[in-house]
Amino acid sequence: MDSLTKKIREIASNILKEGKVEMVIGFTQGTIPMTSKPYMARTPEQTENFIWDRHCTLNLANYITGRKEKIGIIAKGCDSRNIVNHIVENKISRDQLYIIGVPCTGMADKHNPDELRDNCATCTHRNPVIFDIMAAEPVEEQKLDDPFADVKAIEAMDKDAKWGHFQDLLSNCVRCYACRNACPLCYCPTCFVDESAPQWVGKGQNKTDIQTFHFLRAFHCAGRCTDCGACEAACPMDIHVRAFTRKLNKDALDLFGWEAGLDMTKRPPLDTFNPDDPNDFIK
Amino acid sequence: MKVIKIDKTEWTGGIDKSRAKYLLFGPVKDKDVQNNERYIFKQLSADQFPDMEASDTVLSPKGTVFPQTEKMLQVSLDPSVPDHHIMKRVDTDYSPRAVIGIRPFDAKALTLVNLNFDTKDYRDPYWCDAYQATTFVGLAVNKPSQFDFSTSMGSSPFGEEGLDVLLVDNGSEFLAKVITDKGQSFLDAAGFNKSADESSAQKIEELKAAAEKAVAAKVGTDNLTKRTILELHEAPFWNDIAFAYINCGTCTFVCPTCWCFDIQDETKGKSSTRFRNWDSCMFPLFTLHGSGHNPRGEKVQRVRQRFMHKLKYFLDKYDKGTMCVGCGRCVQSCPVNIDIREVCNIMNNYEPKK
Repeated sequence: MDSLTKKIREIASNILKEGKVEMVIGFTQGTIPMTSKPYMARTPEQTENFIWDRHCTLNLANYITGRKEKIGIIAKGCDSRNIVNHIVENKISRDQLYIIGVPCTGMADKHNPDELRDNCATCTHRNPVIFDIMAAEPVEEQKLDDPFADVKAIEAMDKDAKWGHFQDLLSNCVRCYACRNACPLCYCPTCFVDESAPQWVGKGQNKTDIQTFHFLRAFHCAGRCTDCGACEAACPMDIHVRAFTRKLNKDALDLFGWEAGLDMTKRPPLDTFNPDDPNDFIK
Repeated sequence: MKVIKIDKTEWTGGIDKSRAKYLLFGPVKDKDVQNNERYIFKQLSADQFPDMEASDTVLSPKGTVFPQTEKMLQVSLDPSVPDHHIMKRVDTDYSPRAVIGIRPFDAKALTLVNLNFDTKDYRDPYWCDAYQATTFVGLAVNKPSQFDFSTSMGSSPFGEEGLDVLLVDNGSEFLAKVITDKGQSFLDAAGFNKSADESSAQKIEELKAAAEKAVAAKVGTDNLTKRTILELHEAPFWNDIAFAYINCGTCTFVCPTCWCFDIQDETKGKSSTRFRNWDSCMFPLFTLHGSGHNPRGEKVQRVRQRFMHKLKYFLDKYDKGTMCVGCGRCVQSCPVNIDIREVCNIMNNYEPKK
């Protein structure tokens, strides 16, 4: 057995035995090769079902939103940053959590499993930023010459090419909302696309309505997205929805020097006022 | 049964010929997304041919007869127009069409949807008109995918239910089993008329046996009718099954038998349209009442509903087996690996405590 898996099971079992938590959230083996499934253990015996491998692609912070129990949670770098988001946004309290940090060397691409998935290849926060115990020694962080080369390529397009690019990106969306629902940021009790009184967005396979959903969702994630890739891991149609959030991540970094989910003491930039704000209108 | 032999060199010529009498639908390669080769069922343009080598499509072909968004009625709100404010059926083209390369399990799935839309008391005109206008030219699955469990769910890689013609890929030729008169008419329109020799029936049986043997996943359904609805409904396993669930509609949208829809009106200027969209019992909005109450407000209730409908309520109501044909699409696409094969086995093996 993988030593990381063994260690995760051991820690999870211990904290349940010691009564530090009522449940531990992690991943278990999926029913088809190269998949995992979010899993909750409530007894030390059940922790034997936990696994850790290159296919733990979802973000487990999605499963703690609004929960009342004392929870153990297994967190790779991005999960830990979304846990920080959740704490800052009052979706869970730090005291409720026992975080089992897992240093991550990147998850596999779902169609080319020998390769790193796209967001992991440009990840610079592989080690958990917040934890109660680490399941292994931290790994070396990647040094990238240009983490946003993909965004710059789109920025360099002229207006029509850019619009064409975005239209093409979303042309096969079926509105299953898997991207939204896999996203730990998307916890609104009623999403704007589900509002019915008044109804903001049409429900049909109308390209304007589909684009409205994706653009607005991306803006709701501005300054909050950790580029964890859960949206793309979930999308059955293989839509590169991160094309939108990555642009906003780049803007947050360029304008505010901000990367989401690194600091429990700071509010996200669009959530607060700063005298140094780069925009004139706010002064 | 009559078997026609179609040499593959004659295939595209025949397909072209059939276009004079049929609108054609079939699997074609979708745009290349994220380095992944994928196929979709769509109406073919005049220069497109169904890709008979295509892997299973992510979405089932149900959209060919039950589009995700479908116009139903239209009305003018302009008082100067005669018949203003009177809803009228949209003038949709229901001329003969053929869906080519549909998998046997998908054709069977559409017969199950038909049970719901074409009943003694009610006839859904949009579905019925499209379904009845369609000739289903199936392609037998010689090599079932790892997700296929059709043989456990009353279908088969060579199943004939719901098909008008079953094509069997036999190397340099297709052997076309003529199942209905509709199927015969299509083959006539395509000019496919060479009778296969007597050994072809034997050949089809051999390929069928090999394909059925290659379906690895086995699911038990024998006990589903024996358990009562309440026994299964109250069973203790639903919370565990539902834990990973994220409220998305992927399974229902890729499913060939999910038929639920939502009706919407949209008005622009003086013209208004009523249309329907696929809906999903996995969405909390699906059952939200006008009062704000939601009888399926908890996720465990929604997960239970989907599986109970497919594997229990439908079974009891129609006595036509499960409302799952074992295509495996939801197994493949579910973002959180909720696997209907596993759930079905749990339900089937459940022994209520006395």
